[in-house]
Parts: sequence; C-alpha cells; structure tokens
Amino acid sequence: MSGNDYILQANNVKKTFGQTPALQGADLTIRRGEMVAIMGPSGSGKSTLLHCLAGIFAPDSGEVWFDGKRLDTLSETARTELRRTAFGFVFQFGQLVPELTAADNIALPLLLDKVQRKEAYKRAASWLERLGLEGLGNRRSGEISGGQAQRVALARALVIQPKVLFADEPTGALDSLTGEKVMDLMVDIAREEGTTVVLVTHDARIASYAERAVTVRDGKVATNTKQVAGAIK
Amino acid sequence: MSTSYALLGMLGGRPSYGYDLKHAYDVLYGRSKPLAFGQVYATLARLLRDKKIAVHDMIRESGGPERKQYAITPLGREDLEAWLTQPEHMTSDSQAVLFAKIVTAILLDKEPNIYLDTQRAAHLARMHELTEKRRTGDFAESLQADYVLFHLEADLRWIDITSARLRTLTREILGERQRLYITS
Ligand SMILES: Nc1ncnc2c1ncn2[C@@H]1O[C@H](COP(=O)(O)OP(=O)(O)O)[C@@H](O)[C@H]1O
Ligand SMILES: [Mg+2]
Repeated sequence: MSGNDYILQANNVKKTFGQTPALQGADLTIRRGEMVAIMGPSGSGKSTLLHCLAGIFAPDSGEVWFDGKRLDTLSETARTELRRTAFGFVFQFGQLVPELTAADNIALPLLLDKVQRKEAYKRAASWLERLGLEGLGNRRSGEISGGQAQRVALARALVIQPKVLFADEPTGALDSLTGEKVMDLMVDIAREEGTTVVLVTHDARIASYAERAVTVRDGKVATNTKQVAGAIK
Repeated sequence: MSTSYALLGMLGGRPSYGYDLKHAYDVLYGRSKPLAFGQVYATLARLLRDKKIAVHDMIRESGGPERKQYAITPLGREDLEAWLTQPEHMTSDSQAVLFAKIVTAILLDKEPNIYLDTQRAAHLARMHELTEKRRTGDFAESLQADYVLFHLEADLRWIDITSARLRTLTREILGERQRLYITS
C-alpha cells in the first residue's frame, strides 16, 4: 500500500474495557482528504474506534498508522503532542469552556501553541466570520444556542489547521436543520482546507455528507461496507 | 418479481414439489399474501424454460396425476446469488424484496447481514448524491432531494432494525424450515 494516499489506518485493532470487548479486530483505511462516516448501532464500538484512530486510547493489540507512522506505539506524551498539533476534535457537547467567550475558546488552542495573543484573536475573529458567527465573539459559550456552540467548537477544532478532524456525533444534540447547517459548514471548510474528516454518527442523513460510510458491528468494521458504494446498477 | 427467487431459494435447500413449495412459500414469505397455485405453476414453468430448475423426479400416485419434483440447477444458483448480492433501488416494493432476500439468505444458511450491508451501502451512496444536490441545487431541487432522502432514511432504519432482530428472525425461519421439511 502506498503510504502517501492514506492518512489513517487501523489494522486488526482490539480494545477491551474490563470484561467488555469494545473493538474485536477493527480494520479501516482512510484516504488523505477523505470524509468518512462511521455508523453503527449504539455500543457497537464507533467512539472507541475513533479514540483509537486519534491516539486517545492505545489499543490492546493491532496497529494504528497516521501519516506513514505507527501511532499506537508512541509514548503518551508524543500522542498528546500529536493530538494537539495535528488533530481537531468536535464532540456532541461539553467541549467549550463555559466561563470563556466564544473568541477566547477559539483562540485557546493557538495561545497554548504560543501564538501571540493579538495574532490568536485575529485568527479567532476570522474563524467566527467564516462560521457565520460575526458579532458573537464576546458572548460566553453558556450564552449562545446549541447550534452556535457547535460552530464555535468547529472553529476551535479547525483553528490549528489540523490534518484530521475527528467528529463524534457532532450534531447529536441539535435539531435537524441546525445540525445540517453545522454539517454544511464542516463539509465546505474541510474541502477548502483539504482536511480529512472522521465522522461518527448513527444518523444516516448526517452520514450522507461523507463520501463514504462504513458500518461498525460488534466491534468490527463490516467488510462489505468498506468499498466506495454506488453499487446500484 | 421476487416470487421466482423465493421459489429458487426454497429449492436451494433440497428438491421439492409444486404443492409443497406453495405451502412453504405461504409460511415463509407470504403470510399476508399467499400464492395462487396458478402462479406457482406458471413461475415454475418459466424457471424450467430458463433452465434455472430441472425436473428431479416424477411420481404418479395410484390413479392420481403426475407430480413433478423440481431441483435447482447451477444456473439457477448463480442467478439466485446474483439477486441476493445486487442492491435494490428504492421503490414502493423494496421492503418486500428485501424481506424476501433476508428469508432466502437464512434458508440457504448464509449470513443475511452481508446483504443488508450491501443494501445499506447502496442507499447511503445514493443519499450522498442527494445531499450534494441539496447543498448545491436551487431551492426546488433541495426540497425534492429532501423528499427522497427521508424515504431512503426510512428504508435504512428498517434495515437497521431488521439487522438488530436477525437472531429472532433466523430462529423463527429455521424452525419453520425444519417443520416444513420434515412434514413434506
Ligand atoms: N471507558 C469505558 N469504560 C467501560 N466500557 C466502555 C468504555 N467506553 C466504551 N465502553 C463500552 O464499549 C462498548 C463500545 O462503546 P462505544 O465505542 O462507546 O460505542 P458507540 O460509540 O458505538 O456507541 C460499549 O459496550 C461500551 O459500554
Ligand atoms: Mg459513541
């Protein structure tokens, strides 16, 4: 396999929590710049797979490759550094610091990366604009709607220009129109920036934003959903 | 349409007579829509003509009419496999066809999830096209795309629920299969 076309790969990944086998030999290969939806019933192992691909969990066995390098064998420190610099995350909720304003939340990853304060806020402002949140920069994240909060979270994930955006049920707490607005923005920006997106969702309408969807069942990626579909004659 | 495949599916397990096939069909596939005898024999005649089944044996009970026992041919098996593997377009009838595929897969001791996954992937690919159209098209196109998207989503939900209940369905179908095959 030519390492350059693929940015992420899980090979026979297994992960057990106590007695619960969450992943039982998951295989998944993701191309650079691709948006892949991971679907499947609740408890099937979608989030665990995302966490293993993102280096949040080290699998019990199997391999995870990122950008041509083994990820699962890196030290905890090295993985944390990689997550901070190369990956962006959007979850269902709870990722913004409620005491901080929208602009603070977006600037935070840059400030942690030692970007000058002025520069960080300048970039935060441009992301607010890009996500249609002009004028909301000074609101605390507790004072904006759920859909706006998810857009701030998206801006915060993207401000470091990650190679991969990991989104776990990013619209799970939103009504469908608001959720679709968030997805429209996510797709537009990912395409403009060439960002690879790994999207976990149980919602087919949300998954259909992705070029490819795979199904996780009983801790494995169902093999016949791996092909790029379009098989109807 | 799926009647001929249902008959092929039942013959995939062992040779059988027209009368028994009709009876088994009604139990396994057609609870709410039993087959007419005329349709069974017309379908069997067509399958014979197309060489998908062959006459396996013939018996004549004293004084009674000839009874033909039919068996699936390699060509029939090939056709059956192709039908199972090929995902369906969404139509008003697609639920019935999918259900027939699942029952057939179970009768043939195949893993029905494989076929459900194929169908799911095809529906999702179609949904992706429609989502792109909805994002880039004008307002009327978006609304039209939405209409089809919601219907595909309903189909997918049915696929997911069915997939989650396969164990129960498999137990039921295999129980019926055993009962039907023993009493035939
Ligand atoms: N931190 C954890 N501790 C214990 N069990 C867990 C943990 N995370 C996940 N699990 C279990 O692993 C299985 C898969 O979980 P998860 O990956 O969250 O599924 P999904 O995201 O598809 O709903 C479930 O049975 C879940 O209860
Ligand atoms: Mg989850």
